[in-house]
Amino acid sequence: MTTILSIDDVSKTYASGFRALEHVDLGIEAGEIFALLGPNGAGKTTLIGIVCGIVKLSEGRVTVAGRDIVGDYRAVRAMIGLVPQELTTDAFETVWATVSFSRGLFGKPRNPAHIEKTLRDLSLWDKKDNKIMTLSGGMKRRVMIAKALAHEPRVLFLDEPTAGVDVALRQEMWELVRGLRESGVTIVLTTHYIAEAEDMADRIGVIRQGKIILVEEKATLMRKLGTKRLTVRVEAPVVELPASLAARGLVLAPDGRELTYAYDPGGQQGAVPALLDGLRDAGIRIKDVETTQSSLEDIFVSLVRE
Amino acid sequence: MNVHAVVAIYRFEMARTWRTLTQSIVSPVLSTALYFVVFGSAIGSRIDRIGDVSYGAFIVPGLIMLSVLTQSIANASFGIYFPKFTGTIYELLSAPISYIEIVLSYVGAAATKSVLVGLIILATASVFVPLHIAHPVWMLGFLVLTAVTFSLFGFIIGIWADGFEKLQLIPMLIVMPLTFLGGPFYSINMLPPLWQKLSLLNPSVYLISGFRWSFFDKAEMHVGISFSVTLAFFAVSLAAATWIMRTGWRLKA
Repeated sequence: MTTILSIDDVSKTYASGFRALEHVDLGIEAGEIFALLGPNGAGKTTLIGIVCGIVKLSEGRVTVAGRDIVGDYRAVRAMIGLVPQELTTDAFETVWATVSFSRGLFGKPRNPAHIEKTLRDLSLWDKKDNKIMTLSGGMKRRVMIAKALAHEPRVLFLDEPTAGVDVALRQEMWELVRGLRESGVTIVLTTHYIAEAEDMADRIGVIRQGKIILVEEKATLMRKLGTKRLTVRVEAPVVELPASLAARGLVLAPDGRELTYAYDPGGQQGAVPALLDGLRDAGIRIKDVETTQSSLEDIFVSLVRE
Repeated sequence: MNVHAVVAIYRFEMARTWRTLTQSIVSPVLSTALYFVVFGSAIGSRIDRIGDVSYGAFIVPGLIMLSVLTQSIANASFGIYFPKFTGTIYELLSAPISYIEIVLSYVGAAATKSVLVGLIILATASVFVPLHIAHPVWMLGFLVLTAVTFSLFGFIIGIWADGFEKLQLIPMLIVMPLTFLGGPFYSINMLPPLWQKLSLLNPSVYLISGFRWSFFDKAEMHVGISFSVTLAFFAVSLAAATWIMRTGWRLKA
């Protein structure tokens, strides 16, 4: 893996004095899908803005494919596509005109075949002659993605691309993102829907108050921080938990009707069956058993709460 | 140089002109025709000739300048303000395009539009009054230079403005009075001496005088002076626009 985007010690202080980013270091690998998670106001959009040239950096250095975003801005920006968070489109232009405009703006010669392919991939082809103002919100979002892809970028930034988009379109969009990744495009996305990051991302970064607090392979992260929880409901309330079971980490709910046990799914094998055997031996009759695994969302919430 | 980008922005802006044909071309022509009916024919027939030029012909250069100034400012300021207002400016800022190229394409389109308006008004005027242009090359030169200069000025206003009201403020309160007092309808030589001197502080006096010279080979002042002042105003606007873009003022956080 080679690093395509490298963010070194980047800080940003806005004119108001607000410190949006604090010594951020981050490397994005070529060809990966990287999800940047963080609560509102954590600095996600600022970070993307800096890489794309919309926000001036205060300190530090950013390079894309080895080229500096300030000194070599032409080469860098030609490689980058950006889909911003806000739905901002021209109103009076047609879909075809606005997407073709974007291609030209990013310095590429006309290529109707590529524009057609992009519009077809995004199910926009039959809307190509419509004025943008006549489109629905979801369609406008697709237009923005088409604009970002018009110049065949190597790195695509998606800043909360699925906000306000219905489920079907969201699925379609992720299909497209997967397709792009297969064609070698590196994707950096931010999203509210943590389930999406869980589905899509190869690696996950968490940003909080302008600082990157964690960058991890998604699988590793889930394994490291994910816990499983076993909940056992019993028929008759348990007054006191036998000491042998309490020692194993089983916790009794105050009403005595529920027992819970938190464990690491990658940890010691056979702990759960042993626990159930222990319950039976103690004469506790089980009514129902349930296990839940903490999702990325739980992990995320626990991380940003810290 | 990112030629594709310059062409793309230029075409985008020109497409806006054709889309808003009434507002950007038809309405200035109509209002100029009305000026001719009122000042040229109705009142003008009762006004003495100015020098050896009939009053109807005398006001032609001033009327063209009046439209070119207001159109240049309006087109260029709106062209850059609107993407700021809707938010589509993000794309411009993230594109591999230099500040000079941004200025060139927006100002170029706005200036093209106002030169077109100027020429259409000239054609309209020739329907009402017999016209002879003494220095056609100079005439075109003044027209283009003024269009470019005031498009630059409009571009700066568009960057500076953070609301539609501000967009109108400077054109309404400063440019329009200065242009009207710059002598499109009279020669500043007709004014009392004190006002003549004060008028020399008004840049549009030089624009109109120079432009009038290119039509009638005569004007309030030597063409060298009016041309130099116009050129100086162009240089100042260009420097200001370039500096503003370089600092990212009102564009980049």
